Amino acid sequence: MPPLVSLFLKRLLGALPVLAIVLVGSFLLLEAASGDAVDAYVARSGALDAEQMTQLRQEWGLDKGPVYRFKAYASALATGDLGWSTAFERPVASVILERLPITLLLMVLATALAFLFGSLLGVIAGARPGSVRDRFLSIASLAVYAVPGFWLGLVLIVIFAVDLRWLPIGGIESIASGKAGLARLADIAAHLVLPVTSLATVYLALYLRLMRDRMSEIWHEPFVQALRARGLGRSRIVWRHIARNAVLPVVTMLGLQAAAMLGGSVVVESVFAIPGFGRLAAEAVARRDTPLLLGIILCSAVTVIFANLLVDLAYGRLDPRVRTGR
Amino acid sequence: MKFWRNLNWEGRVGAALLAVLILMALLASVLAPGDPLAISGDPLLRPFTVAAHPLGTDRLGRDVLAGLMHGTRTTLLVAFFSAAAALVVGSIVGTLAGFLGGVGDAILMRITEAFQTVPGFLLALAAISITGPSVPTLIFAISLGNWTQAARVTRAEVLSLRERDFVAAARTLGMHPLEIAFREILPNAYGPTGSLAAISVAAAILIEAALSFLGFGDPNRVTWGSMIAEGRTVLRSAPYLSIVPGIALVVTVLAVHLIGRGLFPSGRLQP
Repeated sequence: MPPLVSLFLKRLLGALPVLAIVLVGSFLLLEAASGDAVDAYVARSGALDAEQMTQLRQEWGLDKGPVYRFKAYASALATGDLGWSTAFERPVASVILERLPITLLLMVLATALAFLFGSLLGVIAGARPGSVRDRFLSIASLAVYAVPGFWLGLVLIVIFAVDLRWLPIGGIESIASGKAGLARLADIAAHLVLPVTSLATVYLALYLRLMRDRMSEIWHEPFVQALRARGLGRSRIVWRHIARNAVLPVVTMLGLQAAAMLGGSVVVESVFAIPGFGRLAAEAVARRDTPLLLGIILCSAVTVIFANLLVDLAYGRLDPRVRTGR
Repeated sequence: MKFWRNLNWEGRVGAALLAVLILMALLASVLAPGDPLAISGDPLLRPFTVAAHPLGTDRLGRDVLAGLMHGTRTTLLVAFFSAAAALVVGSIVGTLAGFLGGVGDAILMRITEAFQTVPGFLLALAAISITGPSVPTLIFAISLGNWTQAARVTRAEVLSLRERDFVAAARTLGMHPLEIAFREILPNAYGPTGSLAAISVAAAILIEAALSFLGFGDPNRVTWGSMIAEGRTVLRSAPYLSIVPGIALVVTVLAVHLIGRGLFPSGRLQP
């Protein structure tokens, strides 16, 4: 088996116990919640007397113990059934599948933007450690790293949507615009500019710093001295040798930040009124929809695990030691 | 003063900023007496126009500066305690995992990974939905997703320390393994965990702000997140209401990062 394939399978197998722990843990956590689905149902729609409530509890299996419920949940899960959302009155799986693509798009775009500009600026700073350029970018990235994404989103709305009116204030596309094809795509892209920027900026600063710090370390390594002694041009050393090595920890970080970015999308989507997975999480909590919340936690764990798998594979392509299995 | 002399300029700026913030939190009731949630003037006064309300008032006529000062309390309280809880729990788990090895290590690390796999913000949201929002539950909820990095760093440190001579010496003395773990190894593993402290505090500040922005913060306290959310309803006409508390947030997080870099200049952002 090629080393990359076996690496992939090994990681996939290793993820199973982790997922099982997430399942048990989040089930236990939500069991601790006071009030059950029937209470939530009654709180919303009212009209149920005590007898009907008992009947509904029996119907939904809520009168049995937590062990029974866990078994029922786990066996349903094995068939892809995540349960019934009490807030949306639809299967949890279909609610999540409807919302997930937008958030994945948001995350992929934000990651790409942060990685591209972060590592590029990192190279500019790290090409001459200690220079004016480096000091400026280092301080700027530290300041930007402290800016919460949701607040940045509001500031961007004030500037670009309210004052300048260049970009839409929120949503994912113009309602009933009748646009199709390329025009619709451009419309969606315009709606995505501000949320993607708000989500990406913190990570851009983080990747800049990582890249810059690693590069300034690599400058001191013997192989760089050897390259300079051989008379290699500075830009060739910077790009082909130093930046190429320094980008590896940044790639590792891409995977580690997937969970944080998914968490960040909750607030950013709420700021921009984007009907995505993140906002769904906030809605599930606000409407006390436990089955939905459980499904969201599980799906986010799966998303994060897959993001890390992708990063592992990319890492394998970048680092010959992983590729050859040594 | 030795502390001050040992800091580089970044650390000094951070320490000075944080000192001002802590003073603001301590003196909030003196400088801005009364309930910051009470109406104290005309609504929607602009900043720097009325002397009695230097930073203006919100949509209901509550003083922005008073809210900002009382908000410092909530922010610092929640952030410091949840980061401390996360570091303590994380270093205990990491020490145990590194010292036990074998099955115990494998189980503890799988649990750590499971916590890392679920976004910390989601964990905090889920916990708050169960316990209801108050300062102690916020501290608990935020630390729930914040301890894993400390566990990993401590474990790595313990693994490199456990084969050292002084540990072997303690073993020959007949010390109990747990005593060795917590009295000999853990204190030596503090260095790298220390540089994590700043990152944990900053993360806690941002999560608390985001939670209260979404309306899951303590409803009886002013927080910067809730002020930003409150201002959002009049974003078009009075954007300063959202912008001012956000600047306070940025300054606080920046101060914490600067101190972290001042105290541990070698401590890079951990991948």
